[in-house]
Amino acid sequence: MKTKLSVAACACAMAVALTSSVHAKTPGSKLLATGGASTIEGAGGGGIVPWATLSSYADTGEWGATVNLSEVSVDDFRLSVKGISASWNNRIEVSYARQTFDLSTIGGELEQNIVGAKVRVVGDLVYGDLPQISVGAQHKINQSFALPSAVGALDDSDTDWYVSAAKAWLDGPFHRTWVANVTARNTRANQLGLLGFGGDDEADSRWVAEASVAMFINRYWAVGAEYRQKPDNLTFAEEQDWRDIFVAYFPSKRVSLVGAYTDLGSIAGLDNQSGWYLSVQAAF
Amino acid sequence: MKTLLFSLLLLTAPLAAGESVYQQLGEKEGISAIVEEMLYRVGGDERIVHHFDGVDIVHVHEQITLQVCDVVGGPCEYKGETMQVSHEGMGVTHADFNALVEHLIAAMEKHEVPVAAQNQLLAALAPMYEDIVQE
Repeated sequence: MKTKLSVAACACAMAVALTSSVHAKTPGSKLLATGGASTIEGAGGGGIVPWATLSSYADTGEWGATVNLSEVSVDDFRLSVKGISASWNNRIEVSYARQTFDLSTIGGELEQNIVGAKVRVVGDLVYGDLPQISVGAQHKINQSFALPSAVGALDDSDTDWYVSAAKAWLDGPFHRTWVANVTARNTRANQLGLLGFGGDDEADSRWVAEASVAMFINRYWAVGAEYRQKPDNLTFAEEQDWRDIFVAYFPSKRVSLVGAYTDLGSIAGLDNQSGWYLSVQAAF
Repeated sequence: MKTLLFSLLLLTAPLAAGESVYQQLGEKEGISAIVEEMLYRVGGDERIVHHFDGVDIVHVHEQITLQVCDVVGGPCEYKGETMQVSHEGMGVTHADFNALVEHLIAAMEKHEVPVAAQNQLLAALAPMYEDIVQE
């Protein structure tokens, strides 16, 4: 409850700060919502899948930044994420996220830091025939390796590599704008890395697939779904794929909100972990 | 399969029937007002207003109105220069192009153009990106 309140307070403070700086420089020239939201690993994207889009609204020759807070609350766990990102020229994005994973039922807490970078290689989300294609890396450093080590994890840090392709259809089905993203990720992270990297069952990294689709109801509201395949490296508990359905609100280029219903499957032997996801992002 | 296609047609029919995009934009008069609003906003936008230095804005307004009317299937024929010729050497960037699109969207929102019609117009104009932007 305390965390919930502090997130709400922080979101309000952000909103106030944003309103008072409305007359400052606009956040950038990219079209509304094309900076996407912030993922739980800090990169720009949906909620759980990094997209080929770059965070913030920094277009040709522009700089941009975001600050974001996310909370995932499922039956027996709670994940809090604080993140920041900077991007330049609609070309490169760097991000940092700090994850705190509260083992509400089991007791205890796991922490992880993630430093990310993403580069747009070719194409454009909105214009031209090619999709926007980006490559990225997420270097993850687990800060609480005692528990992961005890359940069979091999390393306390590692790097995920991914390639993403995203495309928007301005006039898609129902004459609505649609966005789709697919991501292939090379990873050996157990539960994002919160349970370390590699395991007694499978030591090496593998490719997993992730995908998102969203439909914009109008300029400001979108609904969509995401799917994320996961590795399964530890014998002590099965790790399952993640999915969510979300509603995103982009009232302005300054701020975005995402709410989702999420199904994280089985985590650390506790089955059917489902619940809500809430994320707020401010862009500068 | 035929039945399936037919029911799909029936489902989408209410969206396609009724007013055309041209009508939803308010016909020639509405399009002219939307383009005027867009250009008015461009005039206050320091990112791109320099591209219009020394330009006969009344002529630009006329030409864009004709062109929009034409691409949405209205009773107009745009006979002006190709987009490639009229933007040659202007150095329009991705950011500049987006700025104009943003003003067009804002103008359509102000004139309460339905989202479906907005999207159809934007999709009809988007292919011009490759002729206009030089990066």
